[in-house]
Amino acid sequence: MAIDIQMPALSPTMEEGTLAKWMVKEGDTVSSGDVLAEIETDKATMEVESIDEGVVGRIVVAEGTENVKVGTVILQLLEDGEDASALSSPAAAAPQAAPAASPEPAPTPAAAPVRKAAPPEPSIPTNIKMVELTVRDALRDAMAEEMRRDPHVFVMGEEVAEYQGAYKVTRGLLDEFGAKRVVDTPITEHGFAGIGVGAAMGGLKPIVEFMTFNFAMQAIDHIINSAAKTLYMSGGQMRCPIVFRGPNGAASRVGAQHSQDYSSWYAHVPGLKVIAPYDAADAKGLLKAAIRDPNPVVFLEHELLYGETFEVPDMDDFLIPIGKAKVRREGADVTIVAHSRMVGRSLEAADILAGQGIDAEVIDLRTLRPLDTDTVIESVKKTNRIVCAEEGWGQHGVGAEISAVVTQEAFDYLDAPPARVHQEDVPLPYAANLEALSLPGVQKVVEAARKVCYKD
Amino acid sequence: MRYLTAIYFISELMRGIMAKKAKSPKTNKAELTDYYRDMLLIRRFEEKAGQLYGMGQIAGFCHLYIGQEAVVVGMRHAMKEGDQMITSYRDHGHMLACGMTARGVMAELTGRIGGYSRGKGGSMHMFSVEKNFYGGHGIVGAQVPIGAGLGFANKYLENGAVSLAFFGDGAANQGQVYETFNMAELWDLPVVFIIENNQYAMGTSVERSSAETELYKRGISFGIEGVQVNGMDVLAVREAGKKAIKHARDGKGPMILEMKTYRYRGHSMSDPAKYRTRDEVKEVREERDPIDQVKERLIEEGWADQDSLKAIDKEIKAIVSDSADFALESPEPDPSELYTDVLLEA
Ligand SMILES: Cc1ncc(C[n+]2csc(CCOP(=O)(O)OP(=O)(O)O)c2C)c(N)n1
Ligand SMILES: [Mg+2]
Repeated sequence: MAIDIQMPALSPTMEEGTLAKWMVKEGDTVSSGDVLAEIETDKATMEVESIDEGVVGRIVVAEGTENVKVGTVILQLLEDGEDASALSSPAAAAPQAAPAASPEPAPTPAAAPVRKAAPPEPSIPTNIKMVELTVRDALRDAMAEEMRRDPHVFVMGEEVAEYQGAYKVTRGLLDEFGAKRVVDTPITEHGFAGIGVGAAMGGLKPIVEFMTFNFAMQAIDHIINSAAKTLYMSGGQMRCPIVFRGPNGAASRVGAQHSQDYSSWYAHVPGLKVIAPYDAADAKGLLKAAIRDPNPVVFLEHELLYGETFEVPDMDDFLIPIGKAKVRREGADVTIVAHSRMVGRSLEAADILAGQGIDAEVIDLRTLRPLDTDTVIESVKKTNRIVCAEEGWGQHGVGAEISAVVTQEAFDYLDAPPARVHQEDVPLPYAANLEALSLPGVQKVVEAARKVCYKD
Repeated sequence: MRYLTAIYFISELMRGIMAKKAKSPKTNKAELTDYYRDMLLIRRFEEKAGQLYGMGQIAGFCHLYIGQEAVVVGMRHAMKEGDQMITSYRDHGHMLACGMTARGVMAELTGRIGGYSRGKGGSMHMFSVEKNFYGGHGIVGAQVPIGAGLGFANKYLENGAVSLAFFGDGAANQGQVYETFNMAELWDLPVVFIIENNQYAMGTSVERSSAETELYKRGISFGIEGVQVNGMDVLAVREAGKKAIKHARDGKGPMILEMKTYRYRGHSMSDPAKYRTRDEVKEVREERDPIDQVKERLIEEGWADQDSLKAIDKEIKAIVSDSADFALESPEPDPSELYTDVLLEA
């Protein structure tokens, strides 16, 4: 039996890729470690190495083929002494998923409800053309536009320049702006965050990228003690216009030390602005606003949203005001408040709820500090019920804050106690089934909404 | 101990150069065969892990140790029973060298109950109290002060043990490393700092990240003696390791060993591989491979022939494929495991 070589998964989130180039041809002898092919994904070009020895029997997937699913047989290798008769027709794409437990199954919305359009963004003229952009490219465009506009803006962080960004968010910036303004740092978060703060005090407008916010814990002293408190401590003299940005929250199966949501950590701190966008338009408009803002801003992105595509207004100077929540879906029965990736899950939950006769309103907070409580209270006055959904832990979380504000300011309007959806109160486990149980998914939002509507 | 002279610099430099050129230290059939077996186990284990990753059975980050085997195996054979190891996320090789089972490590990689962390840690986070392996740390540099803390406890408890703290060239730039160097030397802690200089931190070469690229010199301002070692030569590693561990055990404080080594595979599984040429990797594999070197020596000395090497190969393959079978058959953790091990009953 020939050895079937499959399209490998080369990253935690890869589902398919382009077979960019074959490095071997039929009849070649390969040994363990030889590069067989080059594969491209939206993030990177990667090499597939052989771990077996043998002769290339058949190249099954041609060079240049796009969207090859992980698990598809791409090549058949003949082992010692086999000839071409050993070549079977390879089983059709058979991606081997880990036995049980993939994360939450994609819920099929009952009775295919039409998703209600979000009300228009007041800051976007209604006749503007929209273009499709991934969140990743929207962030990159925001930085590039601001760097063109203001020579004081520069980016620094680990792998931001030559590598084009660990998650490719800074792709192309080195080419356009050069090494003076796109600065690769050593792995020294505490040091370069401090250097960023000093550069901001010295008159520049740094964008400091953390490869992920998990590593910003090394630097949190400078974010809070040096950046957030300086204006106040200096009686209003000393400015620190800086943006700290990077992916926040759980990626996929990367374990406890690489999967933490810091939303409530930073949202706790006076002297900071904290932004956590969901879609590409907000990512772009809010990042541009953050870079122009005279204050230190913590900008929390999400790795699992980088590759998602959304419509973004095609206009110069597209800015979204910091501190304004957005009603993503209007509804009458229950308010669901979320930010970042939980917005998408809440919208999916709202679709499911619609099929069950519950009309949910979904509010995307977008900014966590200052917190737009007016929009939330307004909504609760209408729906009389609220569910707060976040990816982080519940205790002292964003939902805890919103529940408190709503109880304080709209107590008389509530028909049920506020409900919270959040990660289980444990460090994030690696095992697929435990990870899926730990993270808040669509189903948990649906359940919480039904509960506050007294439907269960 | 805090002698610092120009002569010191030069002699250390010479030592580094000589370590590369000198003929490998004395050895014998039994021990060299052991080292060969230990290194081969790591290599084959890692290849299997890479394969299981490609099949979707391992997920998240998975940092392979292929190319660096001589470092951990050489150090392992310089240690004594009771000495401790701690390292980064690139930890599979260290665990196998510590005598942790291939089954337990592989099952952790697949996230199953039979894994060392019952599936809750993953590739980067495994530990063994029994084998004195202290992790498995995902935050670059974090294991360095923790390793010195193990040394602190050893000294305090007067247990005679030495702690070995492994970290990368990239980690060698973290501030906490220098805070640790200072305290470790100030308090003469029994710890050895082993910098696994594989020349890259993700896509950043040492030259692009480091003002001083000779990493064994990084302890000079603290008075810590540093040595550069050919980390592709298991015997050179063992010799340097023995000296450094003795130094630490004798109460003379820490030493720094800079192991010049190389990782063949990408940083983790997804790696754009644009930061180095294919030829660079090929050249190291072909000319400096730690396992091939030992294999040649075994044959040269008449301590092995193709048949005996094949037999070892077979034996290792069996261990590895058994570990993979185990890792795929072991069940996922019970859902109740989600809430256990957060805190202990006080
Ligand atoms: C504090 C921190 N910053 C960044 C990262 C992301 N990261 C993981 S490994 C790595 C490179 C480390 O390189 P090196 O220390 O040379 O070790 P190697 O991977 O080569 O073994 C980086 C930047 C991290 N895990 N922790
Ligand atoms: Mg390295």
